Amino acid sequence: MTKRSIIVAAAMLAAAALPAAAPAEAQQKVLRNVMHSDLKILDPIWTTAYIVRNHGYMIYDTLFGMNEKLEVLPQMVDTWKVSDDKLTYTFTLRDGLLWHDGQPVTAEDCVASIKRWGAKDSMGQKLMGTTAELAVIDAKSFKLVLKEPYGLVLQSLGKPSSNVPFMMPKRVADTDPNKQIEDFTGSGPFVFKKDEWKPGDKTVYVKFDKYKPRSEPANGLSGGKVVKVDRVEWLAIPDHQTAVNALLAGEIDYIEAPPHDLLPVLKKDPKIALVDWNPLGNQYTFRFNWLHPPFNNEKIRRAVEVAFNQEDFLKAVIGDPAYYKPCKAMFICGTPLESAKGTEGLFESKFDVAKQMLKEAGYDGTPVVLMHSTDLVVLTNLAPVAADLMKKAGLNVDMQSMDWQTLVARRAKKDPPNAGGWNAFLTSWVAADILNPVMAGFANAGCDKAMFGWPCDETQEKLRDAFAKETDPAKQKAIAEQVQERTLQIGTHIYLGQWYQPAAIRKEAVAGILTTPAPVFWNVTKK
Amino acid sequence: MLAFLARRALATIPVLAMVAVFVFLMLRLTPGDPAAIIAGDNANTQQVDAIRAQLGLEKPLLAQFGIWIGKILQGDFGESFFFKKTVADLIAQRIEPTLALAIVTILLAVAVAVPLGVLAAWKQNSWIDRTVMALSVAGFSVPVFVIGYVLIYVFAIQLGWLPVQGYRSISLGFGQFIERMILPSITLSVIYIALIARITRAAVLEVLGEDYIRTARAKGLSDRQVLVHHGLRAAAVPIVTVIGLGVAVLIGGVVVTESVYGIPGIGRLVVDAVLARDYPTIQAVVMVFSVVYVALNLLVDLSYVFLDPRIRY
Repeated sequence: MTKRSIIVAAAMLAAAALPAAAPAEAQQKVLRNVMHSDLKILDPIWTTAYIVRNHGYMIYDTLFGMNEKLEVLPQMVDTWKVSDDKLTYTFTLRDGLLWHDGQPVTAEDCVASIKRWGAKDSMGQKLMGTTAELAVIDAKSFKLVLKEPYGLVLQSLGKPSSNVPFMMPKRVADTDPNKQIEDFTGSGPFVFKKDEWKPGDKTVYVKFDKYKPRSEPANGLSGGKVVKVDRVEWLAIPDHQTAVNALLAGEIDYIEAPPHDLLPVLKKDPKIALVDWNPLGNQYTFRFNWLHPPFNNEKIRRAVEVAFNQEDFLKAVIGDPAYYKPCKAMFICGTPLESAKGTEGLFESKFDVAKQMLKEAGYDGTPVVLMHSTDLVVLTNLAPVAADLMKKAGLNVDMQSMDWQTLVARRAKKDPPNAGGWNAFLTSWVAADILNPVMAGFANAGCDKAMFGWPCDETQEKLRDAFAKETDPAKQKAIAEQVQERTLQIGTHIYLGQWYQPAAIRKEAVAGILTTPAPVFWNVTKK
Repeated sequence: MLAFLARRALATIPVLAMVAVFVFLMLRLTPGDPAAIIAGDNANTQQVDAIRAQLGLEKPLLAQFGIWIGKILQGDFGESFFFKKTVADLIAQRIEPTLALAIVTILLAVAVAVPLGVLAAWKQNSWIDRTVMALSVAGFSVPVFVIGYVLIYVFAIQLGWLPVQGYRSISLGFGQFIERMILPSITLSVIYIALIARITRAAVLEVLGEDYIRTARAKGLSDRQVLVHHGLRAAAVPIVTVIGLGVAVLIGGVVVTESVYGIPGIGRLVVDAVLARDYPTIQAVVMVFSVVYVALNLLVDLSYVFLDPRIRY
């Protein structure tokens, strides 16, 4: 036997010893997705990260869900009623709700879940603050008793984005809200396969066979959550170009957030479709830091509002007008609270007016330390545009570039800008997070209790409280308009228009993507 | 030999200690806050503070270092800030793709680069020599990610012969494993081939000018016998040295290659951990890379005994 024949024989033996791929896997309907981020944390109450919220929608269910018209409809709840004095809400769960371990969902589980969510989420905290009692009535019913009428009970329980009030078994929901859960039993339409979860590689969900969908057709996050695939895999492909290549080659079925500069490549391919699954989109925002000069001066903040225009920002980052829309409504165009109140003379880049305002404000040339995020494509070009517009208005701008994670750490610091602090930065909000004055984090002007930037305005807080307590939708809208006017007047932040992020799918293989504020995969079919 | 081994093993202790101090301090001096990243964009200051306290990041730097070193000495790399898994588990999950990629790349690189280098030396100043050296310079100059994207475009998108991305364990079938390994290993091996081919050429050229080569030729040995038995054997020491030292180049390339080809290996773990400021994971992976590098260099040193009979420890 020659050396070569020995090597060949050894290679053949080795190949024969290796098992072939399991045939059962080939028969399953598997949806292979690339999400906007890898799933690293599994507790959607512990963090507000959107990828964890999306994970939550896979495995957990909610008491209420928001439909495409932004109406809040019962989901796990079968019936609910409110007392005449609007102080007592009684909820009864649907029949047949089961946890993934086969145990029935009880009112006790829901009460514990609401309490954990209410301890973490800003809207939940507000609801709990006005709650006198949250108590179990029987196995399927519980009641929420309020101290005073509160207009956002259902909107809170049907909150579509982070933190979503997901229902968990009591043993899980009893976990300290500041500690991560370690049991991932849900009652949602998919079961999380912890044994197959490899952070940085893939996350796997399988259909929950015992899930009982509502009878109504799926509509937004409400209606029947009917699962039409056997398995959903979220593959971690951090390189956008590689993900696009994999979609073009048919190796994956769905990309949640292909970058806008790669959309023309995808559009050109007849096998690919772009799906606008979230028509509310996102809103760009410029945030002031109220603690330090020059933005501790209301007139100077107002001058920046006059100097800015939305189109420049949207063009510089998104480029294609099909995917952006200038919008003067703080609570998002296309929603019941849409309004242009208080925006007269703003967002039109009137530099002469801005210069005059800066003069009247006594601006002394103090530099604006503007934090520039360089590594997230959808944010990178915002700060240079802001710097340019502010310079044209006469402000002295010191734009400092850094990666997003550095910015996130620095924006939490209250130090002066020349000692590691900051004056301004730009970010983007998912529209579903800012649909009203209570949800919108940057509208909070509660001083130390407000988000970074720490705006402080008693009138604004009174208006937000009034909105929360108001139960009449028409009056709610009037108050929301006042909040918008007040926000622009005092300058907590400047909103810079809406932009949209389509998903890319393989046209022939995938259908049934729902219009929702968060990507969900029930109702989706795979050929 | 045993005394040499013991001396070398002891010498690694200060090296690794310095790496540990350096990595720890570099990370703490890098801007960024893992607690803010974990909390998410919508979190308020109180939520971030609660997470920071839970992670122990409020303790003094010296205390944090002491806790980490204490655990390392007990073989405990700690728990990742993000993944709710021990770092040892994370590394264990990711080691196979990286090892597979590194082994296939090294085999491919050696199999291609050594013959090319020998051929260039043998045909010095011919068009073959100039072509090999030109390709070598090009291979060293073109960034790894460019090579990766070009190969993907040609062989995966246009021709559809190979997959774009992903990794399949060899335990799931050799065919699936190797078809996903071809493009990444070619991509990664280009720079390695360039490096080894240049050193091989230089080493063989030096040997070919020696008296004993002329003597071997005068004795009537064929060119092949002279090259393989006398030339290459004597040139093996610098070639093996550069293969060992080149692992550092390989580690850098692995990070990029794994990202371009969506391979869930250690390289990607490092990138993810750095972006997320996941201190325990970064510290552990750098320590593991350092140990591997030190061990490989030791192996290279030991191999000299077998390659050159004049060397004794």
